[in-house]
Amino acid sequence: MNSSTLIFVILLLALFSYWFAIQRAVKVAGGVTKVKHLTALPKQFGLLTAFWCGIPSLIILLLWGIFESSVVDSFLIASLPESINDLSSDQLSLYLNDIKILAENPSELLTADPEQQLLRQSAGYLAELQSNADWLKSALILLTSLASVSYLLSRFTAEFQSRVKMEQIIGAILWACSGVALLTTIGIILSVLFESIQFFSAVPPWEFLFGTEWSPQTAMRSDQVAATGAFGAVPLFVGTLLITAIAMALAVPVGLMIAIYLSQYASARLRAIAKPMLEILAGVPTVVYGFFAALTVAPLIRDFGGWFGLGVASESALAAGLVMGIMIIPFVSSLSDDAISAVPDSLKEGSLGLGATPSETIKKVLLPAAIPGIVGAILLALSRAIGETMIVVMAAGMAANLTANPLESVTTVTVQIVTLLTGDQEFDSPKTLAAFALGLMLFVTTLILNIIALKVVRKYREQYD
Amino acid sequence: MTNQTVADMKTKSPITAKVTASLAKRHAKESRFKLLGRLAVALGFFLVLILITDITYKALPAFHQHWVKLEISYQKDWLSIENSNKESLQSANYRKVLKQSMYKMFPQANGRKNKRKLSKIISSNAEFTIRDFLLASPEYVTQKTQVWVRVDDDVDTYLKDVNASGEAGARIDQKQALWIKKLVDDKRIEKRFNFSFFTNGDSREPELAGVKGALTGTILTMLVTLVLSFPLGVAAALYLEEFAPRNRWTDIIEVNINNLAAVPSIIFGLLGLAVIINMFGLPRSAPLVGGIVLTLMTLPTIIIASRASIKAVPPSIREAAMGIGASKMQTTFSHVLPMAMPGIMTGAIIGLAQALGETAPLLMIGMVAFIVDVPASITDASTVLPVQIFLWADSPERAFLAKTSAAILVLLGFLLVMNTIAALLRKKFEK
Repeated sequence: MNSSTLIFVILLLALFSYWFAIQRAVKVAGGVTKVKHLTALPKQFGLLTAFWCGIPSLIILLLWGIFESSVVDSFLIASLPESINDLSSDQLSLYLNDIKILAENPSELLTADPEQQLLRQSAGYLAELQSNADWLKSALILLTSLASVSYLLSRFTAEFQSRVKMEQIIGAILWACSGVALLTTIGIILSVLFESIQFFSAVPPWEFLFGTEWSPQTAMRSDQVAATGAFGAVPLFVGTLLITAIAMALAVPVGLMIAIYLSQYASARLRAIAKPMLEILAGVPTVVYGFFAALTVAPLIRDFGGWFGLGVASESALAAGLVMGIMIIPFVSSLSDDAISAVPDSLKEGSLGLGATPSETIKKVLLPAAIPGIVGAILLALSRAIGETMIVVMAAGMAANLTANPLESVTTVTVQIVTLLTGDQEFDSPKTLAAFALGLMLFVTTLILNIIALKVVRKYREQYD
Repeated sequence: MTNQTVADMKTKSPITAKVTASLAKRHAKESRFKLLGRLAVALGFFLVLILITDITYKALPAFHQHWVKLEISYQKDWLSIENSNKESLQSANYRKVLKQSMYKMFPQANGRKNKRKLSKIISSNAEFTIRDFLLASPEYVTQKTQVWVRVDDDVDTYLKDVNASGEAGARIDQKQALWIKKLVDDKRIEKRFNFSFFTNGDSREPELAGVKGALTGTILTMLVTLVLSFPLGVAAALYLEEFAPRNRWTDIIEVNINNLAAVPSIIFGLLGLAVIINMFGLPRSAPLVGGIVLTLMTLPTIIIASRASIKAVPPSIREAAMGIGASKMQTTFSHVLPMAMPGIMTGAIIGLAQALGETAPLLMIGMVAFIVDVPASITDASTVLPVQIFLWADSPERAFLAKTSAAILVLLGFLLVMNTIAALLRKKFEK
C-alpha cells in the first residue's frame, strides 16, 4: 500500500476504534443506564482509543518515510559487486539512478540492452526490496495500531481515567505544534549554516566578505576560459544597499508624512478611504511590483534620462529602488501611525494649550516622543527591503557592477541567490553553495535588524504604559 | 488697574509683539507642513491609481483574440489518405490541407518565402483546429467548407494596434499587411472573447497560452497550505496562550515566532530546497512541497493573529466554564476556541493571501519549470499564478505582455475576494 492509502486506512481504523471503545466503555459500566458510574464520558474513552490507534502508526509511517530510501539504498549497494562499489560516489549515485529508473519502468526492463545484465538484475532486486519494504511497512503499521488498541481496551474499567489521559495527549499535541516554529528556525539555521561551511571550505570567508569581483561561473574543465569563479560578494552588498537606500529615501518621508497627516489632520472620511488605499499597496504581490518596475517604471526612467542626455541602463537601480519604495510605504506608514497614536493625548493637548500650532506640536512633541517606535518601523522596513526578492529579480540586473550610480545596473544578494539556484544545478559545486552563503548573510542581517527593532519598540512601549 | 492699562500692556508687551510678528511666519509654516502631508497622501492615491490602470490597460488586449475564416478543402490527396475511416482521419496530413487551402485563397503568394510568410499569419495550432472540425463532422471529406481558426499572435497584436490599414507594422511586413487587409475587407476576421485564456495550460505560443495550469497549481498549493497551516497555527496559538507555563522555553518560542515573521521569504525557499527536497526527497516543482514551504512561512502570521484573538476572549468566560466543573481542555475547546474563531479565521485568510502572492520561495523549489499539462495531484509538477506571471514577464514575445497583465488581474481578483471575506468576517463579529 502506498502512503496515502495507508493514512486513509489508519484514519478508518481510528474511527472504528473510536466507535468500538464507546461500546466497550458502556459495557464495562454495565449498560447505558449506568454510564454515569464511569469516571469519564464514553466518548472520551473513544477519543483516547482513537489516539492510541492513530498516533503510533502515523509516527512509524513518518519515520519509515524518512529512512526507507537510505536503508533500501544500502541494501542495494551491498548487493552490487566490488567493481561497482569502487566507483566514485558521483558515478555510484548515477548508477543507482539508472537502476531506479529501470525498476520503475518494468517494460524497459524487457527491452533493455542485453549487455547490461547486471543493471537488470539489480533493478529486479530493487523492485523486490521495495515491494518487501512496502509489505513490511503495512504489516508493521497495522499490527502496531491493533496491538496498542487491544492493550488499551483490556485496561478499561469503570475507574479508568480516560479524560485525564486524553487531555494529556491533546496537551502534548498542542505543545508539539508550538514547537514547529522553533523547528523551522533550527532547520533554516542548520541548512544554511551547513551548506555555508562547505562553501567556506572551498572559498575562504575573507575573500567572500571583502572580495570585489563576483563571477560565480566555475570551470567544469580546468582549461576553461572566463570561468575562474570569483566569489567576492562586495558588489552584491553594495548593490543591495544602493537599491535599499533609494527605496528608503522614497518610503520613509512619504510613509511618515502619510501617517502624520492621516492621524493628525485628516477627517474621518478621508481616513476611511485612505486606509484601504494603503492596504491595496501593501497587499499587491511583489511579483506585480516587479512587473510594474521592469515594464513601466524602468523604460520611463530610461526615456526621461534620455531627454537630459543621461545614459540610463535599462535595468537601472533607480527603477527597482523606487518601486521597492512604493511597496514599503504602507509598511512604514502603518507602523509609524501606531507609534504616533501611542503617544498620550495629554502631551499633545499640553503643547496645543500653550499656543503651539499643530505642526509645531507634531515636530517638537509628538515625533520626539514617538521616535523609538518610528525607528523600529524604519528598521523593520529596512530588513524587508533587504530581503525583497521579486522586484529586484525582475527589474535589477544580473551583472555585478561595483558602483554607487543609481542610473547604472546593479545586482543584489537576493537576485544572485535566485540566479544561482534556478535551473540545473549540481548540489556540491561552490556555485550552488555560494547561494547558501549569501542566504546566511541575508538571514543574519535581517535577524539582527529585527531584534534591534523589536527591542527598540518594546523599550519605548514601557515608557508610557 | 483699569481696562485701559490692560489693553495697553497687551499691545506694548515686547513678548506679545514678538509673538504677533512671528505669527504669519508660523502659520505659513503650518500650512506648508499640512500641504506636505496632503501631497504624501495624494501620492499614495496616485500610485495606486497608476498601478491599477497601467496593468488593466495592458491586460485588456489579452481578453480578446482574432479568428480568421479560412476556405478549407479537405481533399483526399492533400490529407494523404485512401479511405475516410476514423483512424486515417486522425493521422491525416492536416498541415498540407491548411497550407494548400491558404495558397488557393491567396494565389498571389508565390515562391517559398512568400508562402512561408502567408502561413505565418495563422496560429501554429490551426492544423489541429481544422482536424478537430473534420473529426467532429467527417462528412466534409473531399468537400470544401469554411473553418474559423486563430490568427498568429503577431497578427493579433498588429490588428489590435493599427486596425488593418494595409501598412506594415511590428513584425508584420508589407505583403502580410496587405493580405490581412484583404481578409479584413472580406469580413473574414472576427474578434472574439478569449476563452482559451482560462481553459488552456501554458504554451510557447502566446495565442494559445492560458492560466488554467497555473490556477490549478495555485489552488492545490493553497489547499496544502490551508490543511497544514490552519490546525498547526491554531494549536500552537492555543498552547502558547492557554497552557504554556511562563518560563524560558515559552519566551524562546515567542521571540522565535516574532523573528520568523520577519525572515525574508526567499530564506524559506532555501530551507525547502535543502531540507524538504534534498534531505527528505520529496519531488521538485510539486504543489505538496510548495504548500509545505508556504505553511512554514505563513505559520507565524496565523499564530500571531490567533493569539491576539484568543487573548481577546473575556476571562469571565473561562472562569464561568471552570466554575461549573469543566476541565481546562474542555474550557479551551468548547468555549474559548469557538469565541476566538472569527478572529482566527480572519488571520488565517490574511496569511493565506500573503502565501497566494508569494513567488520567491517557490522559485527555489523548482516551480519555475515550463509545464503545459494541468496538474492533477499535489505531487505532479506544476507552477502557480505568481510564478506564471514571472515567467511570462520574461518572455520576449510582445503578446505575452498582455497575457502577463491579464494573469496579474486574475491574481489580484483572487486576493480581492480573499481580503473581502476577511474584512466581512471581521466586521460581522467585531461586536
